[in-house]
Amino acid sequence: MEIQVDIAAAIGLTFLLYIGIAIRSRVSSTKGFYVAGQGVHPVLNGMATAADWMSAASFISMAGLIAFLGFDGAIYLLGWTGGYVLLALLLAPFLRKFGKFTVPAFIGARYYSGTARVVAAFCAVIVSLTYVAGQMRGAGIVFSRFLQIPIGTGVIVGMGVVAFYAILGGMKGITYTQVAQYVVLITAFLIPAIAIGVSLTGIPIPQIAFPEVASRLDGVMADLGFGAYTSPFTNISQLNVFLIAMALMCGTAGLPHVIIRFYTTRTVNGARWTGVFALLFIGLLYTTAPAVAAFARFNLVDTVVGQPYAERPEWFRSWEETDLVRFSDKNADGIIDYAPGDIADPESANELGIDPDIMVLANPEIAGLPSWVMAIVVAGGLAAALSTASGLLLVIASSFSHDIYKQFFRKHATEREELLVARGSMLLAVLFAGLLGIYPPAFVAEVVAFAFGLAAASFFPAIVLGIFDLRTTREGAIAGMAAGLIFTATYIVTVAPGFGIGLDPWLFGISPQGIGTIGMLLSFAVTWGVSRVTPPPPKEIRELVEEIRYPRVRLAGAGSAQPDQSPG
Amino acid sequence: MRRVPLDASGLTAGPKVSKEQSRFPLKTYWERTIRLTVALLVVWFLVGYVLAIFLAPVLNGVRFLGGPLGFWIAQNGAIYVFWLLVLIYAWSMNRLDREFDVHDDEG
Repeated sequence: MEIQVDIAAAIGLTFLLYIGIAIRSRVSSTKGFYVAGQGVHPVLNGMATAADWMSAASFISMAGLIAFLGFDGAIYLLGWTGGYVLLALLLAPFLRKFGKFTVPAFIGARYYSGTARVVAAFCAVIVSLTYVAGQMRGAGIVFSRFLQIPIGTGVIVGMGVVAFYAILGGMKGITYTQVAQYVVLITAFLIPAIAIGVSLTGIPIPQIAFPEVASRLDGVMADLGFGAYTSPFTNISQLNVFLIAMALMCGTAGLPHVIIRFYTTRTVNGARWTGVFALLFIGLLYTTAPAVAAFARFNLVDTVVGQPYAERPEWFRSWEETDLVRFSDKNADGIIDYAPGDIADPESANELGIDPDIMVLANPEIAGLPSWVMAIVVAGGLAAALSTASGLLLVIASSFSHDIYKQFFRKHATEREELLVARGSMLLAVLFAGLLGIYPPAFVAEVVAFAFGLAAASFFPAIVLGIFDLRTTREGAIAGMAAGLIFTATYIVTVAPGFGIGLDPWLFGISPQGIGTIGMLLSFAVTWGVSRVTPPPPKEIRELVEEIRYPRVRLAGAGSAQPDQSPG
Repeated sequence: MRRVPLDASGLTAGPKVSKEQSRFPLKTYWERTIRLTVALLVVWFLVGYVLAIFLAPVLNGVRFLGGPLGFWIAQNGAIYVFWLLVLIYAWSMNRLDREFDVHDDEG
């Protein structure tokens, strides 16, 4: 009971902080609502980007996945950091110079097509909605697990807080709450990592401590009949490790909620430095996560395996109630045996089932840390879920109000009216995301594969070629995006188990998580080819593309100097 | 220590403006941007894919920080290199902007 008081206090205090920040950063213009008035300092923007980026999956699930994948877990570490190199070098400074408020607005202007803009807005909404449902679900699960309230109630509480600061402050409110959320989540991630690292090795820097622990794990796991923890390609084939890492990197660079964070700086140079600080702050968690993974797997084996079930530790009992930790005494010797294979498979000698999701949340308990550490970890998990959710909600709201409503229904909408529509669509998006969180469709688990694959195969090639290749035409871009989307979506829907078709991977055994790489190559090829046989883009567009290459130069006759005035 | 006078290349240091550059300075700016970008992306691919994935089985034979090197590069080392690449890009582009007077921030 005492731990619940600690947890409730940690959640309550952090929520008060977010609401306080929201009240201080209200906005009254569309520029404030969409891009925080373009006055965010690169260091703060880096923190906000890091929180925006690191979702419930990064915070809660990733280290657990790595703990069970060993070396092959590197797909997430490489994929979700390497994408920032692409983002910082190929996209961010140029999109910032372009100066529009949304990604679809760039697509629409560069490809001189209102239709392309609306299709892009539609894709951005779909990708963001599925992704945000996962965040709400994550927040609901954390609430229900630790405060013993129903998941639905947890989702509603999370929704209420996000709705408050996102509707009131738009991008500005979101940015400054994300800065606070980054501080909460990184503290929550580092404290247990450092404490456990010290107790295992005596070294207070997890990044330095973990290779040796991983090496010890190799021996322990080999004794139990598992492949070595540090050996590559024991769980995922080399081809798939390569393709998944590539799809995650290019998907990262193509996700609208990440890209729009770079629109909020004052200068092009500020956008470049945002990339530097964002990757620094993200790297702090991502270099610690593999250490948490190795520590957790080691502690798990060390404290449970080979022990009598009757003397199992307290954390084991409490997680058993949630069914995320399971034991089935197949050989009836009362000892917890751990071996390769699924606990449900009668052929396997394995008697222990652990859901990877609990590794981060249970880690402090497994290591015997005090209950306030647990409370901070819970607040950190919520911060990760809410910060990502708010960034995604902004994409949904701005795509609707700026790219669809203003473009199609009310070309001459006043700023006041557009702002009202933006707030209204934000509210609707929160409600809809909440519903998806309370009643999740079966495919929510496949959302990561879906969102990244689709972003890699559609937005990424269209934006990169739009910036670097003057000859890319409207027809080329539309054909390329369509080809990439249709191919990738078809493969994921037919192969990923959540969609109920569940074919064997029919293309060289490529996993649905990695197929985005093939879709992206296809999209690049189609865009390039079609662009070479269709009429070149008009002169104004070529001038526009040349102009975004230079931070401060305006070429004679190039488009309007005012940002966001004349979308195609 | 005796101070060595500046050599010829030291004396000609400073903004070097070639004929080509003074006629099409923006073209040169863009070519240098592309060259830097390609160079950094080559390193990105070498570290993130060649070392971290393709050569991992070989590199695991080498010990580093008490564990296998290939494993360390894939789970930690590559991330440090990614960060350095972004840092070098921001720093170099900032200098390039000033050299060609296209920077958009004061100071």
